[in-house]
Amino acid sequence: MKINSLLSLVLPLAVIPALILTTQPKNNDQPKKHIIAADNAGLTLPAGFGADMIADNLGGARHLAVTPQGDIYVKLSDTKDGKGILFLHQNGDKAEVANSFGDYGGTGITIKNGYLYASSNEAIYRYKLNDKNEVIDPASPETIVSGLTSHRTHNSKSIVLDNEGNIYTNVGAYTNICSEFDPKGTGCPILNIAGGIWVFKADKLNQKQSDGIRFATGLRNVVGLDWNQQDNQLFVMQHGRDELHNLFPNIYTVHQSAILPAECMYALKKDDNAGWPYLYYDWQTHKKMQGPEYGGDGKKEADSKYLNPVAAYPGHYAPDGLLFYTGNQFPAKYKNGAFIAFHGSWNRAPEPQAGYCVVFQPFKNGKPDGDWEVFADGFSGSKSLAQPGDAIHRPCGLAQGPDGSLYVSDDVKGAIYKITYKK
Amino acid sequence: MRVKKIAVIVVLLVLSSTYLRAQVKHKVLHHHVNIAASIARGQQVYIQNCLTCHQADGKGVQRMNPPLIQTTYVLGDKKKLITIVLNGFNEDVQINGQSFSNSMTPHNSLSDQQIADVLTYVRNSFTNKASAVTAAQVKLVRASNTK
Repeated sequence: MKINSLLSLVLPLAVIPALILTTQPKNNDQPKKHIIAADNAGLTLPAGFGADMIADNLGGARHLAVTPQGDIYVKLSDTKDGKGILFLHQNGDKAEVANSFGDYGGTGITIKNGYLYASSNEAIYRYKLNDKNEVIDPASPETIVSGLTSHRTHNSKSIVLDNEGNIYTNVGAYTNICSEFDPKGTGCPILNIAGGIWVFKADKLNQKQSDGIRFATGLRNVVGLDWNQQDNQLFVMQHGRDELHNLFPNIYTVHQSAILPAECMYALKKDDNAGWPYLYYDWQTHKKMQGPEYGGDGKKEADSKYLNPVAAYPGHYAPDGLLFYTGNQFPAKYKNGAFIAFHGSWNRAPEPQAGYCVVFQPFKNGKPDGDWEVFADGFSGSKSLAQPGDAIHRPCGLAQGPDGSLYVSDDVKGAIYKITYKK
Repeated sequence: MRVKKIAVIVVLLVLSSTYLRAQVKHKVLHHHVNIAASIARGQQVYIQNCLTCHQADGKGVQRMNPPLIQTTYVLGDKKKLITIVLNGFNEDVQINGQSFSNSMTPHNSLSDQQIADVLTYVRNSFTNKASAVTAAQVKLVRASNTK
């Protein structure tokens, strides 16, 4: 009784500092008027940038594409009311769902040469667009490729086209590190059908995976990819392996396992091999390391024949979106640089989670140049995140609007953010 | 003589019932201590083997690793649950309208006692409340495991 009454006195007192802490504005150098009016939709951004949440509660909003008219196509991870693609029309500072179609969930969506291309986890479809970039016949897409390898793990298919009529897609490896298929470590047998990038003719219907070409291999899982117009080259972001400590507690500490290996950016040419599952990349020492399943001991370097990444980022950040910025709205330093949407980690547990942000990677002459910086943060809603289930939003897809605005999708609740430079 | 006999029987009955009750009470108490110890050991097994995927809060990871909170997998048939730990899991699961893509690797290198402990921990954590899993039950499932 005595303890109870004491508690009831003390508890409300304990809440007061918490209230003060949570109600304090995050960024003191922003003008107060703006914080009250918009709060940048909860995001922290470099000076001069602002963000609006133009849509919310769409569902698992994965990748997205913005038309020259400013309309937005959003690909949903799972169908909502039977539809997997949303068509949003912008009205002032909001975007409203004008139409929905496509009876499949998935990740990839992109616009090129008068067509909307979209992917399920097994197939790539396209829809002819009219002169306003609206889908003419939403009920009858053409099938470009079907029967792509899809065994649950890493099954999403991201898509991008080059300028010669080819469409590229990742076929993720349906495993963490291939050990269940390669128990003796003699060579991962699934690389002929997964763990790489495949390329198909963008205008040829009803292709199978075997009709395409394995463009690059040794890539565990890619979700963010984009075509770099300056280099006329495909760039991809790889999700690095998991479980270094759990599988090899004598080689890797819990902390090393949280920050390793790197999430890598690769600039790909045909027949490149990035070396998964035989190696991983250490972003601190900038070295390719022999994987512990293949004789590595945490110190031994990997065979130098494998492709080097062009940039590397901390472990388990989960790069799900990549966009080369070609607009004129943002300051000059952003032009032709890369934005990366990091979905955020889960494999860092029991250490705090990290990522959950959009990063900017400066480029010069078509190559990463200088250190990356966090561009947009605050999606998860908290500074220190113990577990991914606590994140309110997680950035996934990126797109550029006709006016150079940057769009970011969130696949937890389905928010769409529009980031603009206010000068 | 007769009265004495009856008195002895009554005394014996009373004594034995008290003894029995004490036994039962002792057993129940012992059982609680056992479960608590199993849960404590199970938590350590969980931290080492399960936490990175299913997370400290048992919520898992959206669309990748399923939650362990109030699901029929966790609270239902123990044999099925034990088999998942032994053989791993690579099937489509729908929980609360979400599907989960990551496959779970087999954990058959854990001992019968470790599997019993970790499942008892999971079945009594994250708001779950279900009976304990014993090492004997794991042993039985392991013996008839065809994989």
